[in-house]
Amino acid sequence: MSESVPIVVAEGITKTFDAPGGGRLTAVDDVSLSVRAGELTALVGPDGAGKTTLLRMMAGLLKPDTGRLYVLGVDLAKEAQSVQDRIGYMPQRFGLYDDLSVRENLDLYADLHGVPEDARRTRFARLLEMTELARFVDRSAGKLSGGMKQKLGLACTLVRLPDLLLLDEPSVGVDPLSRRELWKIVRQLVDAETLSVIVSTAYMDEAERCAQVFVMNEGKMLAEGVPKAMAEAARGLTFVAQPPPGATARELQARLIDADALIVDAVPSGGAVRFIRQPEADERAVDALLDGIRRQARPEELEDAFMMLLRRHRGDDGAAPPRVALRTPAGGVGEQAVIVVRDLVRKFGDFTAVAGASFEVARGEVFGLLGPNGAGKTTTFRMLCGLLPATSGHLEVAGLNLRTARARARGKIGYVAQKFALYGNLTVRENLEFFGGAYGLRGKVLRERVSAAIEAFGLEAAAVSGILPLGYKQRLAMAAGLLHEPEILFLDEPTSGIDPLARRAFWRTITALAASGVTIVVTTHFMEEAEYCDRIAILDAGRMLALGTPREVKERAGDADGDMNGAFIAIVEHGRVRSGNVLEAAA
Amino acid sequence: MSAFPSSQRAPGFVRRFVALLRKETRQLLRDKSNLAVGLLLPVALILLFGYGLSFDVKNAPIAVVMEDRSPAAREVVEGLRGTEYLAPVFASDMAEAERLMRAHEVDGIVRVPTDFSRRLNTGDARIQLLLNGVDSTSATVIEAYVTGAVGIWAQHRADRAGNKASVGGSVEVMQRVWFNEAGESRWYLVPGLVVLVLTLIGAFLSSMLIAREWERGTLESLFVTPVRPLEIVLSKLVPYLVIGGIDLAMCLVAARFLFRVPIQGSLAVIVTASMLYLTVSLLLGLFISAVTRNQFDASQLAMLASYMPATMLSGFVFDLRNVPAVIRVVAQALPATHFMGLVKTLFLAGNNWPMILRDCGILALYALALVFATRARLQKTLE
Repeated sequence: MSESVPIVVAEGITKTFDAPGGGRLTAVDDVSLSVRAGELTALVGPDGAGKTTLLRMMAGLLKPDTGRLYVLGVDLAKEAQSVQDRIGYMPQRFGLYDDLSVRENLDLYADLHGVPEDARRTRFARLLEMTELARFVDRSAGKLSGGMKQKLGLACTLVRLPDLLLLDEPSVGVDPLSRRELWKIVRQLVDAETLSVIVSTAYMDEAERCAQVFVMNEGKMLAEGVPKAMAEAARGLTFVAQPPPGATARELQARLIDADALIVDAVPSGGAVRFIRQPEADERAVDALLDGIRRQARPEELEDAFMMLLRRHRGDDGAAPPRVALRTPAGGVGEQAVIVVRDLVRKFGDFTAVAGASFEVARGEVFGLLGPNGAGKTTTFRMLCGLLPATSGHLEVAGLNLRTARARARGKIGYVAQKFALYGNLTVRENLEFFGGAYGLRGKVLRERVSAAIEAFGLEAAAVSGILPLGYKQRLAMAAGLLHEPEILFLDEPTSGIDPLARRAFWRTITALAASGVTIVVTTHFMEEAEYCDRIAILDAGRMLALGTPREVKERAGDADGDMNGAFIAIVEHGRVRSGNVLEAAA
Repeated sequence: MSAFPSSQRAPGFVRRFVALLRKETRQLLRDKSNLAVGLLLPVALILLFGYGLSFDVKNAPIAVVMEDRSPAAREVVEGLRGTEYLAPVFASDMAEAERLMRAHEVDGIVRVPTDFSRRLNTGDARIQLLLNGVDSTSATVIEAYVTGAVGIWAQHRADRAGNKASVGGSVEVMQRVWFNEAGESRWYLVPGLVVLVLTLIGAFLSSMLIAREWERGTLESLFVTPVRPLEIVLSKLVPYLVIGGIDLAMCLVAARFLFRVPIQGSLAVIVTASMLYLTVSLLLGLFISAVTRNQFDASQLAMLASYMPATMLSGFVFDLRNVPAVIRVVAQALPATHFMGLVKTLFLAGNNWPMILRDCGILALYALALVFATRARLQKTLE
């Protein structure tokens, strides 16, 4: 195999689909690329960038409308099957048969690829060892955890060494621990077997580990190159600033990100704020914005360059954060606890989903619940919202006991579900009027509140809800949850599936809401988003492993200046070792 | 370009087919609700159709209005009483009889007019029969019973006249139903049941198979292997042919030993034709599944396009000679119609080779067309 011949060549390929609201949607727009063999190549971009469509075209599952595409030197338009015989492809949903066992899934793919019996024995042994699935060979795939399913999906594409491996967002919806294990396996394969891999991802830290990176947005190829060289676009523009005493990082971040003429991007991190200056911005203007706060230069990263590319490509078309100026609910910001949870337990049959959680949330606080899949986040969350009764324990929300006054407590909370729970065929105004009515608002009050919400969240009243972009839908859902001016807003994984700019806008809104006195409880699997929270709780296997400010949690993990991902992994692993010891001691 | 020589050879058809077949069989056996639909629902249908459903009418109440009280008239009416199918009640006049009919207390009125015996002698005696047409099936059956009963009376009367030169005017009605001498509806319901059960498996089970893989996203990874679309179609067909075969056996055993329906034709021909129809039914399900890519749509469409027409338009209940031309054309386009006619003939009349060859030929053409149509809908693309 010659290293100099590209393994994938695309020449001006375009792919369009019927858009949900009528018309055509261009998923991939005149993309040309050339991927080198024997390397790990990343395809990065926010959701809707066209990564999946591009990978599916490479796998011969979609045909480009125009342009040419060669994989392994074969013209896909002519011989898709001969390419499919030789490549491995893991779709986002893994493609496993839930009712077959781990071994049966592996056997199926091995049979289809014609792996001979003797080769299979050694190959399976190696795959099972790498994926640590050896203990579960007889378990049906449907009963594996999300992380294990994903590793099995990967193993199924590797039953024989493919000439090219395509992985479509293998780490989406997977917790940091599983993500790390998956990347370890891919790394081993690239190094030991000189496998060619193309992986799509929304995580910059994953893209950083690749030899070559292609950045896409809205169907267009924005840039390509080696991660280190790409990061240099942000050289000299990256800084970190400490918030003044008495202020939170979140507030400083809000001030910086609002000044979009001067600042490309700002995120809270470890109690400070990391930001990127606009290249053409005047240094003195930036210092004036910082108002005496010292800024320190920090090394540039791929993520910085990526945010600059996105911001430039997006321009000013509507990603600007909505300016929320809502009325402050009864009672001001204070130390008074609005949520009290003591020894909360929830069992489903003999499975304990939540085992004795205890915490308090103060008024106006932003409180984050973090944990791997199946940790008990959603169960805890549902109990707090009064959607699920607790098995035992004390649960008090807005001064009301959820056991005795669940209906009244519900009137004081707003809830934004993970899935878009509004009516897709109603307009924005109709949806808001319906939900306002459901909360008992009517007449003039309802009309005023709906108009105020539409303005505060930058919505368009007459737009049909179902065909809006995800970030927009999510703003609408939040507006609906706030119509009755609740004291507490619950948000379940509000940022999964929306692009980084929409996520910044989302958190900007949260900052504004918290400042107006609304208490926020939020779950997320983006660890860096924990930095926006005043306090976080980390859950694993139903137990609370850590509780405190992001900095306190990182200190507990042993590295106060590290990133949240590392802290999370350390705490969960430590927790698992300890519970393992307890089990052994009990045995 | 030869920079990337293929590092492996794709295995052949047989190996891939066996692998897929093993997978489909495992999935079938592990899905308890599928097995219940495939094996228990047919049992329920057999019992329901065999015992619960019958078009026979027994002890049907009819009002008798005697406007002529001559011995001859009374004799005719006695004939109506001598059967278990009818339960005559006497009404004093037509007004009362009509009241009973309107109150649904009787299903029909037999009126013996005042001039009955007089006209009997001249040879044109008449009896008026009024039937409640709300339930036309029962009405037809009652009509047949009454006609039959009167006919028997007329025959007896003629016999009694004996060697005497037969008196003109004795009406002779010979009622005889071919192939189902007893006129038992079970005899033609049970062969129809075979059609329904075999249609059911296609409509409820195979219509789910491809749609489920679309919904769960498993086809996406299956497509990027050396697998060919035809192999996917065939591997989904075979396990359900076995399930359908078991159902067929249950139907035949029940027909023969439980309901004592005669099987005049050759068993081998019945089984062959049934398996052919089963193949068509399963492939139709698979085709619908491949087109809709969604389990809910697939089951709805399969009900509408396969199961309902097989019940209503195949000649199972309604005689196709009496339906409007458009419906008849639609009915003739249904594979179920051809199999329905064939299986009834095979059960009750026996081997009719021209018909067997014609209908089996039609079914085979359907099967072939559906295999290719399904394969064409299952191209390895997500568009």
